[in-house]
Amino acid sequence: MSDKTHHIVPYRTYFLVLVLLLTFTGISVAVTQIELSRWATLAALLLASTKSAVVLAVFMHLKFDQRVYKVMAIFVVLVITAVIVLTFFDYGFR
Amino acid sequence: MSETLSHQAVHRDDEASKLGIWLFIFTELLFFGGLFVTYAVYRHANKQAFHLAAMELDVAVGTINTVILLVSSMTIAMATTSVQKKDKRTTLILIWITLLLALAFLVNKYFEWSGKIGHGIWPGSPLLEDLGRGDTLFFGLYFFMTGLHALHIIIGMVLLAVVLVRVQKDRITFDNFQLLENGGLYWHLVDLIWIFLFPLFYLIA
Repeated sequence: MSDKTHHIVPYRTYFLVLVLLLTFTGISVAVTQIELSRWATLAALLLASTKSAVVLAVFMHLKFDQRVYKVMAIFVVLVITAVIVLTFFDYGFR
Repeated sequence: MSETLSHQAVHRDDEASKLGIWLFIFTELLFFGGLFVTYAVYRHANKQAFHLAAMELDVAVGTINTVILLVSSMTIAMATTSVQKKDKRTTLILIWITLLLALAFLVNKYFEWSGKIGHGIWPGSPLLEDLGRGDTLFFGLYFFMTGLHALHIIIGMVLLAVVLVRVQKDRITFDNFQLLENGGLYWHLVDLIWIFLFPLFYLIA
């Protein structure tokens, strides 16, 4: 049915991504266990965002798929970010 | 069955199928996004209580579950490679590993929840009422969000079990594996949500 060739991702790529994700997990645990208070949470969230970007790009094939999926995914992330930012403009300045 | 009917049955549209699962994933992301906003607001209003309440959670258990989910995400992603390489045996093994890891995650979660409940912490428990609003909110969100996530794990396991049977019966093959890919995409969504649940509940203490 499908006339275009499907990109076959090598096992190695997936394995390297896993190593990267586990490293990020290790760093976020280490960073939050030492006393850095407020910066630790920010660091953990930035690492979580990076991890999810990697999962979306490689495990979920956004990097290899048609652009439309990537555009839609970015749009959804922007919507969630906008809701969080607007909510904090409300709650932060009460 | 007439010829025309069997021909119609063969028709499929992989791209539309993938678009469908992505649209569903977006609704799920927005759904959990709303819960994360709720968490953020309540945490902002109860900083100290959330900080102390999070100390009750075991970082080791959370980390083990994170590792389990990340590995399972890799194995199901690898299954989309093996199926395209016409390697049925490896595909089946990879899906089995994913399912077993999912089960291990749930077993961990079971012990974690029973531990909390054994210590008198469950939504609306008398102990939480004594501890005050911040703890009630933290553990309410903890049970609701991790519970909803666990429900997604169970649904994902059912979906992957269907995929497993279809691979076994040669109904998912190298030129017809969209269901396997869609099952994988759903599984990665479960992983994505956990990637945020883990630091927000376990690592903020």
